[in-house]
Amino acid sequence: MKKYIRLLRPFHNAWGGVTSHKLRSLLTVLGIVIGVSAVIALMSIGKGAEADILARIQTLGADLMMISPGSQMGAGGVRGAAGSAVTLTMEDAAAIEEKTDLVASVSPIFSRNMQLIAGSQNMNAQVTGTTPSYMQTYNLNTTSGTFFSDYDYQRGSAVAVLGSTAAQTLYGTNDPLGQNLRLGTIIVRVIGVLAAKGSVSGSPDNMVFIPLTAMQQAVAQQRTQRGEQIISSISLKVKDVNNSSSVVQELTELLRTRHRLIASAANDFRITSMEEVASTVSETMATTTMLLGAIAAISLLVGGIGVMNIMLVSVLERTREIGIRKALGARDTDIWIQFLIESAFLSLAGGLIGVALGWGAAYLVSNVWSMHTLVSIDIVILAVSVSVGIGLFFGFYPAWQASRLNPIEALRHE
Amino acid sequence: MIRLQDIQKIYPIGDRQLQVLRGVSFTIEKGELVAIMGPSGSGKSTILNLLGCLDVPTYGSYHIDGQEVSRLNSRELAHIRARKIGFVFQQFNLLPKLSALANVKLGLEYAGADDFKSAMQSLTTVGLADRADHRPSELSGGEQQRVAIARALAKNPPLILADEPTGNLDSRSGDEIISMLTALHDEQKITLVMITHDPRIAGACQRIIHIKDGLVEKDEKVH
Repeated sequence: MKKYIRLLRPFHNAWGGVTSHKLRSLLTVLGIVIGVSAVIALMSIGKGAEADILARIQTLGADLMMISPGSQMGAGGVRGAAGSAVTLTMEDAAAIEEKTDLVASVSPIFSRNMQLIAGSQNMNAQVTGTTPSYMQTYNLNTTSGTFFSDYDYQRGSAVAVLGSTAAQTLYGTNDPLGQNLRLGTIIVRVIGVLAAKGSVSGSPDNMVFIPLTAMQQAVAQQRTQRGEQIISSISLKVKDVNNSSSVVQELTELLRTRHRLIASAANDFRITSMEEVASTVSETMATTTMLLGAIAAISLLVGGIGVMNIMLVSVLERTREIGIRKALGARDTDIWIQFLIESAFLSLAGGLIGVALGWGAAYLVSNVWSMHTLVSIDIVILAVSVSVGIGLFFGFYPAWQASRLNPIEALRHE
Repeated sequence: MIRLQDIQKIYPIGDRQLQVLRGVSFTIEKGELVAIMGPSGSGKSTILNLLGCLDVPTYGSYHIDGQEVSRLNSRELAHIRARKIGFVFQQFNLLPKLSALANVKLGLEYAGADDFKSAMQSLTTVGLADRADHRPSELSGGEQQRVAIARALAKNPPLILADEPTGNLDSRSGDEIISMLTALHDEQKITLVMITHDPRIAGACQRIIHIKDGLVEKDEKVH
C-alpha cells in the first residue's frame, strides 16, 4: 500500500500541475481534442459509409453477376457509349443457363422506361421484362401477392409485380393487388409487391416487373442479323461465390465464341460481379477513410506541438518550483518524470475529451443526417494511445530541460 | 559531524577565473548552533550552497555525517539533500499551490518517507497545526517561515541550514523565528547553521564564523 502511494505520487504532482492552470491546460489540449475528435468522427463516418454500402450490396447478394452490352465500335474507330451495342440475346441467356455447374439461376432482362398510369396517378419507371428466376437471382421477396410464375411467363400473361417505392407512388396506402396498371400500350394486373431492398443503384424498389413475354407484346423486340432476340442485359447468380473470377472467365469465353469475336477484338459485353464491386468499394472506402484519418492525424501532430510549447513555458514559469523541489532532494529523474507525466496526462485528457466529442459528432451525424456511422473500439484505443504517445514525445524535451536546471540558479529565479 | 577542509571554489567567468572561496576550513559538531556571518560578496552564500550540497567545491573535502560529499554527482547530491539537510530560506520557498501540510509532506516525500505523520507533528511543533490546510498566500510571512521550518524539521535531518531566515520578515516576526529556532535547538538538539548578517541572530548563537574575502576571518565562541 505504501509502495503504491509512492508510485502514485508523481501522478498526484502532475495532476496538481495541470489543474493549477485550468484554462491554460484546456487550451493546451484543444489541439489534441480537435485532432482526436476529428479522427474518431471521420473514421467512424467512413467506416459507417463503407459498412452501409457493403450491406446494401450484400442484400443483392455477392453472388450476383450482371452482364451488360459493351460499346460498339462505330465507323472510323469511334467508341460508342457503354450499352450502345445491342449484343446480348435471349439465346446468350439460354446458353449461359446450360452451364449448370457454374450458375444457379439466369435471368434475361428486357427493360424500357415507360409511363405508368394507375387511375389518376402516373410515373415514369423502368419496366423490366424477365423470367420468374429473377426472384432467385436478386434474392427478392414479396410483401403481398406473388411474383409471376413460369405459367405466366410461358403464356405472356399481362401481370405485373411492383417494387415497393413504385407501389407506394402509384397506389399510396391503397392495396395495389388486383388493380389494373397501364404500361405504355398494354394494361396489366398487379399480382404482387416486392419487399424494399434499399437504395442501391439499380434497386428493384423503383421498378415494375412483368413477364419478358408480355414485354415483347408491349415493345417491339429487335433481332440480330442471325435472328436472335436482343435483350437489355442478363443477370445471374453464381453457384459458388468464391469461384466468381473463374465464372467471369468462362462466361467471357462462352459469349466471345457465341458473338464470334476474333481474338484481337475487344469484348462487346461487360460482366460485373457484385463480389468484385464489393471489394472495389471496400478498397476505395478504406483508402478514403485512411486519407481522412491522415488529415485528422496532422491536427494531432499540431496539437502535440502545442503541448510542447506550453510545457516549455510551464518549465520556465516554474523554475523556482523546480529549484525548491531539488533543494528538498528531488533527483533529476523525479523532475523529469513529473513533467513527462504532466504532459502525457494533458494529452491523455485531451484524447479522452476528443473521443467523447468525436463519438458525439458521429452520433449527431448519424441522427441528424441519418448517415450510418460506426465507431470502432480499435480506432478509439489507437487515438487515445497515440495522443498519450504524442504527450510523451513532445513532453520529452521540456521535461529534460526542467530536470537539468541548476538548483542554485533555479532557486534564485524570480 | 561537519568538516570542511581547505575548501576552494572557483567560478570560471568567461576566460577568467573568479576564486570565491580560498581555502575555508572549519568543523561543526553535532548539536551546535552556529552563525556564519560576513559582508555580501564574502563567499558566505557559496558556503551555504556547498554545505547544503547544492554544489560541490572545486578543491578540498567536505564531510557530512561521516560521508565525503565533495566528489558526488548530482543524483548522489540530491540523495544527501533529501535525507541529511533541511533548508530554511530567506524567501520561505513554499510551493504556492500546496497547503501548509502538503508543503511539509513534500519534503518528506523526497526523503523517501513512507510515513507522513511527522508532517503534522512538526506543524504542531511550530504552532501551526490549525493552519495546516491554508495555502502560503493565506499565511503571514512569519507563519510561512514557520511552515518552512516545519518542512525542514519533519524529516529529522542531521543538519538544518537557514539562509537569512529573518531577512524577509518584520522585526517582531523575525524575533519570533529566532526564538523558535533557538528553542528547537535547545529542545531537540538539532544542528543548526544560519547564514546571516542579522546581529540579533548572531547574538542568539553559541558560535560565530566570520567570513571575509573567501576565508574564515574569525571563528569565535560566544557563550
